[in-house]
Amino acid sequence: MNRQGPGHGAVSRRTLVRGMAAAGTLAGIGMPFVARAAEPIRIGFPTPVTGPFGAEAKDQIRSAELAVKQFNEAGGLNGRMAELLVRDDKLNPGEAATRTLELIEKDRAHFIVGALSSAVQLSVNEITRSRKVLYISISQSDTINEAKDFSRHTFHEALNPHMTTAAVAKHAFKKGTRVAYLAADYAYGHEMLRGFKRAAAAIGAETAGEILHPFGAPDYSTFMPRLRAMRPDILCICNFGRDQANSIKQANDFGLKKASKIVVPVLLHNQRLAGGADAFAGVVGASNYYWGLEETVPTAKAFNDAFRAAYAGAVPTDYGAYGYTAVRSLLMAVQAAGDTDTDKVIAALEALKYDVAKGPESYRSCDHQAIQSVLVTESKPKSEMKGEVDLFRILEVEPGAEAMLRTCDELGHRA
Amino acid sequence: MNPEFFDLELIAMQLFSGVALGAVFVMLALGLSIIFGMLGIVNFAHGHVFMVGAYAGVFVMERTGSFWAALLFGPLMVGALGLVIERFLIRPLAGRSPDDPLLLTFGLGYVLVEGVRILFGSDGLPFATPEELSGVADLGIGFFPIYRLFVVGVVALVLVALWYGLERTRLGLIVRAGARDPEILRVLGIDIQRLWMWVFGLGIALAALGGVLAAPMRSVNPEMGTVVLGEAFAVTVIGGMGSLMGSVVAGLLVGIVVSMTALFAPEMASIAMFAFMALVLLVRPQGLFGKPGLGV
Repeated sequence: MNRQGPGHGAVSRRTLVRGMAAAGTLAGIGMPFVARAAEPIRIGFPTPVTGPFGAEAKDQIRSAELAVKQFNEAGGLNGRMAELLVRDDKLNPGEAATRTLELIEKDRAHFIVGALSSAVQLSVNEITRSRKVLYISISQSDTINEAKDFSRHTFHEALNPHMTTAAVAKHAFKKGTRVAYLAADYAYGHEMLRGFKRAAAAIGAETAGEILHPFGAPDYSTFMPRLRAMRPDILCICNFGRDQANSIKQANDFGLKKASKIVVPVLLHNQRLAGGADAFAGVVGASNYYWGLEETVPTAKAFNDAFRAAYAGAVPTDYGAYGYTAVRSLLMAVQAAGDTDTDKVIAALEALKYDVAKGPESYRSCDHQAIQSVLVTESKPKSEMKGEVDLFRILEVEPGAEAMLRTCDELGHRA
Repeated sequence: MNPEFFDLELIAMQLFSGVALGAVFVMLALGLSIIFGMLGIVNFAHGHVFMVGAYAGVFVMERTGSFWAALLFGPLMVGALGLVIERFLIRPLAGRSPDDPLLLTFGLGYVLVEGVRILFGSDGLPFATPEELSGVADLGIGFFPIYRLFVVGVVALVLVALWYGLERTRLGLIVRAGARDPEILRVLGIDIQRLWMWVFGLGIALAALGGVLAAPMRSVNPEMGTVVLGEAFAVTVIGGMGSLMGSVVAGLLVGIVVSMTALFAPEMASIAMFAFMALVLLVRPQGLFGKPGLGV
């Protein structure tokens, strides 16, 4: 921290301004020369910087920046540096499409990585597909793996609903368990519900009933009497973000957590912080990453340490970590290809085996879904937390395997 | 159709949930209705004031550790902000088109959201249910959170206090007269501007109180006011813009409509409110308790 007196501050500010002007002039002269020497590797990064997922987006950016920094510090691609071009997609599919087009045409981005909402990622994918630009999506979606939305330029580093629900169900459901579902009435909720019911059928769990709630509902009290009347062993809440925090909180208020176990498809770091330890205690869900993985996975430790060093001791979050795993895998492929040529990098990504934060990962060739571990986690009660960010207990690490994905055939990919 | 729908206890419980939800809606509509009824201003920042109220609650709670302090000082702080807003933003627009205050409050809503994002971050904050009010009560027909029963009680208290203040005190008489005929009051030597400022502050404080009450039920986040604004307007319009009685009856009715819809067609629960509004407006364009031609 800078602790200078006001007088000193005034002088140093003047010096600073002068210094900045000089540096600016130098950079102005220097830049074109550097650009001629080695054109940077430009990674376009649309993400919802403003709006309700702003904090999540900032975590993504910080992780992605870290991956870029590490690549450059290691010498880049034979001295060719990478740079991240962050654009605000405002959580809006139209805005995202416009920004992505600009990134490709005006800023001449070589690759696109990003997007957080499923609708937004599909609109980014539309653009990159038609412009034949490589896109690595870092938001959960099942449809992006299916043949109709797929192109060889599309990669999906995030988990998908099918994977997370299967892992959670495998851990939480038993034969004969009665499961009640409260699901958000839109694509994400439907996909999660479908995933859980598919897994439940295989395990032999019973469906006690299901309720679809309107997307973005602030009050869930009117659904509670019926959910209670279903007398479930497990209450499975399939929604995201604020809806998740609010519905878990209210289910808890109505005493449903005492009567049944609460299970969610995706347990989010930031929503747990917003919802509080009491409301979430004992809730079980899945995630792609939790910093506590560092106790068993060396690459997680390395990632956390680098992140802590770069961002004043903060730890990476689940959705934030996607920024790192996606950009790292991309830059590793660029390194392997020795070039930014799209076709060469696609081939390199398809062949890539990488372990950068959470154990081994690779992209399946038919749908470019990242085969990776799924973490099953449980939210700790306040009494067991050792610190502010000691949020979850890892119950299980479901190792990455093709068996946890839907088959290429089922997704409509012809061999 | 599932047999559970015909379970009488479930239906009774659902009705009760509707009334409790209705109490929240009444709280939301009150401030909006008072500000419109007395000042003729459509406050488009109402939902955002509700959100600011929740944050003010968090702020006080973090410093004092007491929910009761948050419940008292949160609304007072925001109400004071309301006085400032009336004095320096609304008052200069007096005599201009009625659209001007509407646009002003609309913009103000955005400023409040961004302001809160800058101060508290965009992710939302936890707000635990106060220890002494957590847990569930057995109503005989089913279980209900004690905190929600408490909210119903607070709303009832606020209603009694408002009724007494407006109908039984001299100040209330002046306020009601001021809403009817400000000219005459001015002639009688009453500082009507000052009166309006206090009424506006009261409306804002009521919205903020709604926010503090909602905080332990919902997580506190910068966008929590956006949905609430639509709900508050639906209730106010159904009741009749500016009618306090209308806010109360419409709030409870809407709660019951939403709750019964949630039982039979849960995915329609939030649309039900607006369908009900459309129905009421078809039959009574001025709302249930509204006076025709009140400039709506």
